[in-house]
Amino acid sequence: MSDATESPLRTENDIVLARQVVRRKAQEAGLSLVDQTKIVTAASELARNALIYGGGGVMISELVTNGLRRGLKLQFRDEGPGIPDLDLAMKDGWTSGTGLGMGLSGAKRLVNDFDIVTGPGRGTCVTITRWK
Amino acid sequence: MSQKIPIIRMGRYLLVSIQVDMHDQLALQLQDDLTASIQKHGAQGVLIDISALDMVDSFIGRMISDISGMARILGARSVLVGMQPAVAITLVELGLSLPGVATALTVERGMALLERSDAPHE
Repeated sequence: MSDATESPLRTENDIVLARQVVRRKAQEAGLSLVDQTKIVTAASELARNALIYGGGGVMISELVTNGLRRGLKLQFRDEGPGIPDLDLAMKDGWTSGTGLGMGLSGAKRLVNDFDIVTGPGRGTCVTITRWK
Repeated sequence: MSQKIPIIRMGRYLLVSIQVDMHDQLALQLQDDLTASIQKHGAQGVLIDISALDMVDSFIGRMISDISGMARILGARSVLVGMQPAVAITLVELGLSLPGVATALTVERGMALLERSDAPHE
């Protein structure tokens, strides 16, 4: 399916708008209410990371299929400083900012597939998918 | 963005019903407004109704914990009411179980909890 939507992540209000896009698409993908809530919450964490740590970025959302399975795939990209120590950043309770440190590790627990590409000076790209 | 979350005074208690999808600044504004209201009215309890919220992420979760702690230091008890089951499941999986935050299923039960804890014989 090629209905990818790009949503900007430049302001706090963009996080709210991104959540609404994800909710709508999660419903389209036929996810249960609990699964919708999980991916919306994961999206909120990752959108905020892109804004606060990455200096802004974009979210690309796309309905995907794998055989008969349907799902929602989201990608969060920023051109920020990147994460120098990914193992540390993935730990519960670790934060370099003002958060609770549940963003990355928590978001990972809320979805089925989680992939992150990052490094110093390379920005950060996180891709998540929740399958029906 | 001049949105505000209304804080309703009911006798010795304050009721906050969050009906909008909050951006971060609005959540922080609520913290300021609510602590100011507790002081102004000498409120003994705060009910925070989140039945209209369809998600609580770590930022909002932290705001709720902080409000509860601030209210306690100001001498008011707070009860979080109305959390949707899907939100509760997600919050715990995210890693937040809101320790130290009193909760109740409905506004009525939350109110009963506040009144019980206000009872003079306690």
